[in-house]
Amino acid sequence: MIQVLAFYLFAVTAVIAGVMVVFSRNPVHSVLWLIFAFFSSAGLFVMMGAEFLAMLLMIVYVGAVAVLFLFVVMMLDVDFAELRGRVAEYLPIGLAIGLVMLMQLSFGFLAWQDVDAARPAETMARGVGNAHQLGEVIYTKYVYAFQASGLILLVAMIGAIVLTLRHREGVKKQSVMSQLYRDPKEAVVMRDVKPGGSL
Amino acid sequence: MDEFLTFLTIVGQCLLVLVCLLISLAFLLYMDRKVWAAVQLRRGPNVVGPWGLLQSFADFLKFVMKEIVIPAGADRTVFLLAPMITFVLAVIAWVVIPFSEGWVISDLNVGILYLFAISSLGVYGVIMGGWAANSKYPFLGGLRSAAQMVSYEVSIGFVIVTVLLMVGSLNLSDIVLAQSSDWGLVGWYFWKQPVMFVVFFISALAETNRPPFDLPEAESELVAGYQVEYSSTPYLLFMIGEYMNIVMMCALTTILFFGGWLSPIPGLPDGALWFILKIIFFFFLFSMVKAIVPRYRYDQLMRIGWKVFLPLSLAFVVITAGVMKGFDIDPWTMTEEAHEMGRGVGLPPELDLEPVVEPEKIEAVLPSEAS
Repeated sequence: MIQVLAFYLFAVTAVIAGVMVVFSRNPVHSVLWLIFAFFSSAGLFVMMGAEFLAMLLMIVYVGAVAVLFLFVVMMLDVDFAELRGRVAEYLPIGLAIGLVMLMQLSFGFLAWQDVDAARPAETMARGVGNAHQLGEVIYTKYVYAFQASGLILLVAMIGAIVLTLRHREGVKKQSVMSQLYRDPKEAVVMRDVKPGGSL
Repeated sequence: MDEFLTFLTIVGQCLLVLVCLLISLAFLLYMDRKVWAAVQLRRGPNVVGPWGLLQSFADFLKFVMKEIVIPAGADRTVFLLAPMITFVLAVIAWVVIPFSEGWVISDLNVGILYLFAISSLGVYGVIMGGWAANSKYPFLGGLRSAAQMVSYEVSIGFVIVTVLLMVGSLNLSDIVLAQSSDWGLVGWYFWKQPVMFVVFFISALAETNRPPFDLPEAESELVAGYQVEYSSTPYLLFMIGEYMNIVMMCALTTILFFGGWLSPIPGLPDGALWFILKIIFFFFLFSMVKAIVPRYRYDQLMRIGWKVFLPLSLAFVVITAGVMKGFDIDPWTMTEEAHEMGRGVGLPPELDLEPVVEPEKIEAVLPSEAS
């Protein structure tokens, strides 16, 4: 009973939040609704017995990715009202993407006959939790795919750094090591100032 | 009906923890101010109640009675939502904290990940509050805190990974039980990972916006950062949430490195009292740091986080994993001791026997396809 209630609560909030992401006037509100949608989906994952995935969704998407979104939306000076005025320009491509995704979803639902797949995973015996089960598959059967995805992320990271790193001339930088290794002997000079005189 | 009863029990447990937490928080706040005062040779709060013990309650009443001021240009919903988020997130983290063996509301198998997720959400309260006030200082404070909390979460994550490698489980009760030994405090992970403890403690200071890393609210440059426009109950919620996060970090330090509810002296019984004493000790350390360490500059803060703590904790993850692999040390949940406690993973070592028949021989015995 409580499970059913919780499922509908999470499902309804996820859908409403998803709709609000699109229809919010304020981009910051959009991101906040997106976070809410992530949150509800994490709840759904927990209900399916995939607690590890739920926590990863929270840590990676809510804790890091959405923070960056929020950061960018708050900092960037994008005129969203102007973008909104050009809706007609983006309408065809937006509709095309929407149509493709709708078709994918409908194919998925039509082909979906295995009702058992919708059931929560078997309640795990203590000790063989999500994390262990995933680990046993990822590091044995799918080890190459796992390493490859790691490599792709590494390339992406290095690429981002290379693209944004600029060496500018004439910028004053502090060298922490030289600051730390300064000692009074060379940094301080003792001068004897005569009364009434100056240096 | 049975389900309903379980539901009521859980609600009751939650309320009990919440009430105990809020009351003890009042006295911890008092202790914080007293320690701070003692370092500065002042008396601290000493008027309300005997030795000023009721000062926090007086402050609470004062905050609640005041008027809630909302700036004219503010985004009202987000502005009021932000302190509530901070408060609620700070409270719900306590669901997975084991106060003693079995004294936990939800003994989640992914407990430490849950805590990590909740603490990474904490940044939203601050950043939303800073943005919604529609004013310069709060916004700068919010941005600073977002960058700061995201940076230090990374090294906190790696510190947790080093401990998890030794335990072999994400369950907080497992982490504590893995540190039990016949010699009291000798089994604690502090002795195995002293460097990681220091990294964790300093990162915890930064994660909770405590001095010397209280740049989001640095009063000398940002007035009070993201809290500038807040007054009355919303401000109170921010403050309580912040202190609750600090106590949470103290509890996490205790669980990860100082054996949770385990007694430090062999012979004395384990129990929640030890856990509470350890939390109070770490809270004392937090107060002392606030009193005696000057505030960092923002670039120094980022340098420590990214250039010192991150490589260091990453190196220790590799070293820990390497040592465990090299010397063939099993994580705790795979040892016999864990299986005796019923907290082991996989087959117990004594059942994990050598195969009686070699696999090649099995194939030889099997009838070939010709027959």
